[in-house]
Amino acid sequence: MKQSLAFAKWVKKSFLKNSKQTFLSIILLCLISIVLEKLLYWLFLNSVWLGDANACREASGACLSFIREKFVFILFGLYPREILWRPILAMILFLTLLFYSLKFERWNKSLVVVWLFNMGTCTWLMYGAPSDKWGGLPLTLILSSVGIFISYPLGILLALGRRSSLPIIRVFCVCYIELIRGVPLISVLFMASVLFPLFLPEGMIIPKLLRAQVAIILFAAAYMAEVVRGGLAAVEKGQIEAAQSLGLNYYQSMRFIVLPQALKYVIAPTINTAIGMFKDTSLVAIIALFDLSLTTKTALKDPDWLGFSVEAYLFASIIYFIFCFSMGRYSLALEKKFVENKA
Amino acid sequence: MIKMQNVSKWFDDFQVLKNINFSVNSGEKIVICGPSGSGKSTLIRCLNALEEHQQGSLEVDGLLLTNNLKNQQKIKQTVGMVFQQFNLFPHLTVLENLTLSPLVVKKNSKVEAETKAIELLERVKIADQASKYPAQLSGGQQQRVAIARSLCMNPKLMLFDEPTSALDPEMVKEVLDVMITLAAEGMTMICVTHEMNFAKEVADRIIFMDEGKIIEDSSPDIFFTNPKEERTKEFLSQIL
Ligand SMILES: Nc1ncnc2c1ncn2[C@@H]1O[C@H](COP(=O)(O)OP(=O)(O)O)[C@@H](O)[C@H]1O
Ligand SMILES: [Mg+2]
Repeated sequence: MKQSLAFAKWVKKSFLKNSKQTFLSIILLCLISIVLEKLLYWLFLNSVWLGDANACREASGACLSFIREKFVFILFGLYPREILWRPILAMILFLTLLFYSLKFERWNKSLVVVWLFNMGTCTWLMYGAPSDKWGGLPLTLILSSVGIFISYPLGILLALGRRSSLPIIRVFCVCYIELIRGVPLISVLFMASVLFPLFLPEGMIIPKLLRAQVAIILFAAAYMAEVVRGGLAAVEKGQIEAAQSLGLNYYQSMRFIVLPQALKYVIAPTINTAIGMFKDTSLVAIIALFDLSLTTKTALKDPDWLGFSVEAYLFASIIYFIFCFSMGRYSLALEKKFVENKA
Repeated sequence: MIKMQNVSKWFDDFQVLKNINFSVNSGEKIVICGPSGSGKSTLIRCLNALEEHQQGSLEVDGLLLTNNLKNQQKIKQTVGMVFQQFNLFPHLTVLENLTLSPLVVKKNSKVEAETKAIELLERVKIADQASKYPAQLSGGQQQRVAIARSLCMNPKLMLFDEPTSALDPEMVKEVLDVMITLAAEGMTMICVTHEMNFAKEVADRIIFMDEGKIIEDSSPDIFFTNPKEERTKEFLSQIL
C-alpha cells in the first residue's frame, strides 16, 4: 500500500508536473508503446525461430532461424569449428580478468603477473589456428583491447612530449599528432596493409593482423594524446612547482603528482575515445580482416539466406552495444568515485 | 648560506631583477617586502631554481646554482618553499602529502617517513587531520600542512612567498605562530610578507624591493624608525 502510494507520487512528480509536461509524457508514452508493439510482433509473435529461409520469407516477423544458423560464424568467423572451445575459453579468461581488474584497489604487482600469464594463455589458445583464420568477436576484442591498452600510455607520452622543453621532441610530437588526426583511419589501415610490406626486406612477412593492430595503436595514440593534453592543462602550475621544490625530478613529479590528477580529470573523454576505437576497429574489414562487422556482412552473402540484413545487423549491434554501454557505465562509476574521494 | 652577486633576470625583454647583491647567513631571518610586481617572488624563486637567472652568480649552501641539474636537485632538497596558494597535492591525503618526497626522493622506509610526518604534523598542531584530503581543511590548516610538508625534507633554508595573503584574517595568526616557532628553533628563513608585526618580532633584516632592485636592507629598528631611502618611507606610510 505504502509502496504503491510512493509510486503514484513518483509518477506524478516525474511525468505529470504541469499540463505541458503531462502532454509531453502522454505523447512519448504513445510513441513508445507503438514502437514496442511493433517490436513485439516482429521479434516474437510473427518471427520464425525454427523454419528455413523460405518459411522466413513468408512470415512478416524477424527471421531468427537465420541468427540461429549464422551466429557461430558471426561470432567466430572462419575459426575451425572443432576447436571453437579455444577462442571461447580465451574470451572467458580475458573478460573475467578484465572484470576483476576494474577496481583500482586490486591493482598491484601480482595482478600484472596474472595479466601477463593470462595474455600468454589467451595467445596460445588463439593460436590453435593461424591468425588469418581468426575472426568475429575475438578478433574485434583483440584489436580494440590491445589497441586501447597500448595507445593509452603511448598517448600519455605523446602528450608529455608535446609540452617538452626540448624542441625536437615537441616538434615531433606535434607533427605526429596533427598528421594522424588529419587522415582517416581507413587510409592508415590501408597503408599498413598494402604500402608497409613494400618497405620490408624481401622474404620478411608480418601477419596482416599485426599490421592492422599497429595501425590502430598508432592512430588511437594521437587521439589519446589530445585527450591527455586537456587533462595536463587542467593541472595547476603550482603543483609542479611544489613537487620540484620538494626535490622531485621531472619523472617523479609527472608520475606522482601531475598525471594522477590529469588522467582523473579526463576519465570521461578517455573512455569516450576508447568506445570510439572499439567501434572503429570495424574498419579493418576493408583490408579483409574478419572482425565482427565483416563476419556479419559475409553471413548475409550466403545464397541460401539472402535478405536478412536487419536481423544480422541487429545481432551485431547488440554485441557492440553491450561492450560500449559497459564502458560508458564504467566511466560514470569512476567519475563518481573520484568526486566522492575529493569531497 | 646564500650569496647573490650581480644577479639579473629578464622575462623576454622585461628586466625583473636588476643587479641584485644579497647574502644571508645561516640562521638569519629575512623579511622581504615591496609593492606588487617589484620582483619579490621572482627573487626567492631563483633561490631554489624555480626560475633561472641570466646574469650574475648565485650560491646556495656552498653550491653554485648553474645549469648543472645535479646541483639544482641538491639545492632544491636543501631549500624548502611555502607558496601563497599552499599548492598541496589534492589527490593525496595530508599524510601522503608529507611522506611523498621522503619516500620517492630520499627512499626512506614507509615507517620512517610516516613517523617523521606525524611528528611534524604534531609540531604544526594538526596531527588529527592526517587522513583527510586537503580540500577538507581550512586555509590556515592547509598552509600549516604545507609548512610541515617542506620540513619533511629537512631543509636548511625555508622560503615563504606571502604565506598568509590568501588566508582569511582569522587564520593568519595560526600560520604566523608556526613560523615564529620555526624561527625560534633557529631555521634560516626568507619570508616575503607584508605582516609588519611578524617582521618586527622575528626579522634580523628587512629588505625593501622596488622595480627589481633592493632599495633598503636594514635591521627592523632602523627600517621602521629611520629608513635611509625616501621610497621606503613612502611605502611604509602606505601599509602601516
Ligand atoms: N612567468 C612570467 N613571465 C613573464 N613575466 C612575469 C612572469 N612572472 C612574473 N612576471 C613579471 O615580473 C614582475 C615581477 O613579478 P613578481 O616577482 O611576481 O613580483 P612580486 O612577487 O613582487 O609581486 C611582474 O611585473 C610580473 O608581471
Ligand atoms: Mg609575488
